[in-house]
Amino acid sequence: MKKILFIEDEQTIQKAIGDILEPEGYKIINALNGEIGLRLAKTEKPDLILLDLILPKVHGFDVLKKLKEDPETKKIPVIVLTNLEEVKNVEKAIELGATTYFIKTSYTLEEVTDKIKKIFEK
Amino acid sequence: MIGKIFKKLNIIGQCRDQGVSVWQCPQFLFLMMGLVIIVTSIIFFLIGTRYIVNLYFVALLNIFITLILFIISFIITRSFERLSEVVRMKSEFVNIVSHQLMTPITNIKWITDFLTSKNVKKTPKKKEEYFSQLKRNIERMVELVDNLLLVSRIEKGSFPIRKRKSSLEDLIKDLINRSKVFADAFNIKIKFYPQNNLPKSFFDPTFIKLVVENLIDNAIRYSKKEGKIEIWLEKKKNFLYFKIKDKGVGIPKADHKYIFQKFFRSENAIKEQTEGSGLGLYIAKSIIKKSKGKIWFESEEMKGTTFYFTLPIK
Repeated sequence: MKKILFIEDEQTIQKAIGDILEPEGYKIINALNGEIGLRLAKTEKPDLILLDLILPKVHGFDVLKKLKEDPETKKIPVIVLTNLEEVKNVEKAIELGATTYFIKTSYTLEEVTDKIKKIFEK
Repeated sequence: MIGKIFKKLNIIGQCRDQGVSVWQCPQFLFLMMGLVIIVTSIIFFLIGTRYIVNLYFVALLNIFITLILFIISFIITRSFERLSEVVRMKSEFVNIVSHQLMTPITNIKWITDFLTSKNVKKTPKKKEEYFSQLKRNIERMVELVDNLLLVSRIEKGSFPIRKRKSSLEDLIKDLINRSKVFADAFNIKIKFYPQNNLPKSFFDPTFIKLVVENLIDNAIRYSKKEGKIEIWLEKKKNFLYFKIKDKGVGIPKADHKYIFQKFFRSENAIKEQTEGSGLGLYIAKSIIKKSKGKIWFESEEMKGTTFYFTLPIK
């Protein structure tokens, strides 16, 4: 069972990705903020984490940092999925250990979900 | 010596944060001007004692010149402070607006991708969910653009207040009814205590509605779950006096002076939710001021916030 943890405060985005991937056998666990996300990463041990950067309570970069510092979660690949376009954000995300960085508006829903599926196949 | 260098590095770091070049950065300029003044007064003192016999006179002249230099440097650093403030606000505007608009746009993009996708099974119930999300996101964008346009009109000074005889009490009751669904979602109860026999007053209901709506909305949004919001309306001399109290997350003291500023959102507010343009209170204050009233607040972090405003009855 392929488990994905989705840390994102926009429920529309969570639903859209979930409705495409769940019928194909993925289990999506949703977290509406960074605090909940960090907790669920430890308890659910997902195979992949999708992380937005603009989040309530804890900024996405801080979540990423904590995920990579914690021995229980640092091996889980993280895909940053956000609207922040500046190069400095992409660089910082990769520096902090993200596997890859997608800008939401640049992809259709199907393109993003295809990319997520490909990362699983690797 | 090492301490001096350390201090200098910190200032340059601060200046970089402000987004202006070091030579336009107020803190750096202040330091430079300070050094210039010290050096100038030492040089002047040395030259003065060489050519003028009266030491007392030299000292007085020195102080006078130092004072002038000090005033000049103060004016210079003040203007650069204002410049860097404008630069900061401009980039803040672009960041906030682009994020606040991009979020509903991405939502709409992916909603329509889903609805037009050939590879996914869509039940009628699912389709309905997506269509209502579509509506909600469009409303969000309209609201933001409306607020931005209102702000622009406020700044140009072209928003006409059309006063007519209305009941503030009824307006508040109506808004409380309309907010009930939203309040219930947060498990918040709203209690209204209007004074007896309140007179009707002259105000522009369309605009005052925006003010009350924003205050009630904020009180609900930033209240802790399962709280109570209390609203009072009284007549005090020639004014109607409105008070709304919540027991929510409160506003940190450091943020108090920025609360009515355009695009300002307190850290506590952002922590609760990322959606919000920071325009509501700026618009509310402009409306109340134009209506010849006053608006203010009291707040303590983690304890709650109380907002007040007054409106003249005539």
